[in-house]
Amino acid sequence: MGISMNEKIILSVENLDITFRTNAGNVHAIRGVNFDLPAGKTLALVGESGSGKSVTMKAVAGLLDDNATINSGKIFYRQADGNVIDLLTLSKKNLRRTINGQQIAMIFQDPMTSLDPTMRIGEQIAETILLHKKISTSDANKRAVELLQLVGLNEPEKRVKNYPHQLSGGQRQRVVIAIALSCEPKILICDEPTTALDVTIQARILDLIQDLQAKMGLSVIFITHDLGVVARVADFVKVMYAGKIIEAGTVDEIFFDPRHPYTWGLLSAMPDLETNDDRLYSIPGSPPNLLHEPKGDAFAARNQFAMKIDEREEPPMFQISETHFAATWLLHPDAPKVEMPAQLRERLARARKAANLQ
Amino acid sequence: MSKYVAKRILMSALTLFVIIFVLFVLIRIMPGNPFPVERMSAELILQKRAELGLDKPILIQFADYMSMLLQGSFGNGTSLYNGAPIKPIMFACLENSFKVGVLSILFGTTIGLGLGIVAALNRGKFLDGLCTVVSILGVCIPSYVFMIFLQYFFAYKIPFFPYFFDPSQFLFSSIMPSLSLSLFSISTVARFTRNEMIEVMNSDYVKLAEAKGLYGFELLRRHVLRNALIPIVTVIAPLVVDLVTGAMVIEKIYGINGAGSLMVNAIAGDGVDYNYVLALGIVFSALYIAVMLALDILYGIIDPRIRLATKEG
Repeated sequence: MGISMNEKIILSVENLDITFRTNAGNVHAIRGVNFDLPAGKTLALVGESGSGKSVTMKAVAGLLDDNATINSGKIFYRQADGNVIDLLTLSKKNLRRTINGQQIAMIFQDPMTSLDPTMRIGEQIAETILLHKKISTSDANKRAVELLQLVGLNEPEKRVKNYPHQLSGGQRQRVVIAIALSCEPKILICDEPTTALDVTIQARILDLIQDLQAKMGLSVIFITHDLGVVARVADFVKVMYAGKIIEAGTVDEIFFDPRHPYTWGLLSAMPDLETNDDRLYSIPGSPPNLLHEPKGDAFAARNQFAMKIDEREEPPMFQISETHFAATWLLHPDAPKVEMPAQLRERLARARKAANLQ
Repeated sequence: MSKYVAKRILMSALTLFVIIFVLFVLIRIMPGNPFPVERMSAELILQKRAELGLDKPILIQFADYMSMLLQGSFGNGTSLYNGAPIKPIMFACLENSFKVGVLSILFGTTIGLGLGIVAALNRGKFLDGLCTVVSILGVCIPSYVFMIFLQYFFAYKIPFFPYFFDPSQFLFSSIMPSLSLSLFSISTVARFTRNEMIEVMNSDYVKLAEAKGLYGFELLRRHVLRNALIPIVTVIAPLVVDLVTGAMVIEKIYGINGAGSLMVNAIAGDGVDYNYVLALGIVFSALYIAVMLALDILYGIIDPRIRLATKEG
């Protein structure tokens, strides 16, 4: 793999390995993560809380907390001029000055807390523009109004003078998006951008992000645990568990032909209105504590299909198709043939039918 | 904003009125009286009381006092004990106390903020530990102990500062007492600043500002300091007043002819000097209320949420 080989890849994370120092000991949060982001596409990182999806993206944006150590890995970014740089080799100052906001922008989970409560929103948008572009303050302010219009806030001329507490959650998230897009970044990282919003607003924000992606040719990384969001926005999906990617594929492959038992569990745990079953499935147990290095397959303890080898040795990535990979011993030629739960299969068949009808 | 300020001023005036009333009544019903009982006959005291109007019902006395106060005079304007005029003596003493107080407020806030910021920026490192030790010591050591310590080392062992207060070189001789007075506020402000800064630096909006590309001093100036200052202002308010009123012991040790010692003398003399005690009490309260008012207004300036909430409400 590697970014130098393929011109369509804008970001490539290779072998990323991160440890956090905590009072309880060292937490090995990211244990060798690899993925590529094709330019103009949307990649979704999916997993439970603590699976490492946010940490991975914070590493990309250079926003890791001070107690994190990057043990190894490379994060290649292809600049507009075609040059490829490893973001991890840049100094913090250099990263902030040349990459953050300008090349890679980020949207956070909770719009209620991600704006500075003591600064007018227009100023918060103009600030980013003034930081990265040679432009006069009045032009930056004009641009702020345009951006608010772009993200669909009504009366933008009035809104720029508002403070964050005068806006609703959905409006604030629009402001955060306006800030993120203010310098026309190439990559937009969305860290659960709709989790804190109510459902009707969620759909509108997702539409907005997709709309802007098409207009501006953005490459987007979505961090989420909501598979409904994934199905709606993603081109490619990486499923993370205990600091590793355990299944990767196109959105169709993950939704219609999942191979890892953990992915089966995640899909089964989605609420489904079409069955009479009134109980919502949840994956038994909880994710492993990464204070202690998991032995064998980290998911084994929660896996009803676990075999003896799962306790001894970690499964490698098995290739299923050109784009589809999964790390489970069930895919080994010697493994017994195990099918996904019947209920899930029915459900996916139904979903596929619905998708084809559309 | 102007409505907010008007509201605050009105509240302050009301508060001051209540305080004056309570002070007035308390002093009158307290044991002790303004006259040296041993040296005056009972008839003479009665006669004096009638002369000063002290035999009237307390509410009438209060009304009289208030009307005199509104004309700018503290009671009849003199000491009940020896007839010394109040205003010139009190304001001379207040001036000394005030100067030392202002200097220690400056020390307290600047050194305190500085230490707190340094500690927060070096969180978990040596400098953070050092600042923490300094602020714990500052809270534990009483200001007069520190004052004596300073006197011993920097006036006696190394005769750099004057041993006693000297109005002719006011600023220079105020450094030691101001520093000892501000010890407690330095520590309190430093600890508060450190914790607030760390909280703000971990907030989502600072993360977003970093994701925008802000870093270093610019990040601090634009997003961290202002937000961290809001709660710090709250602790500074009562500290400021402590500095002005809590200086009595320091004034004694360092020989400052200040308002603190004047107050002590007015209470602990041969008789309780109603007029002096009241006058000082009123001035101290007015000062306290003025500081609170100023800080409330400062709040409004720093935090738009407060400013705008009152505008709408």
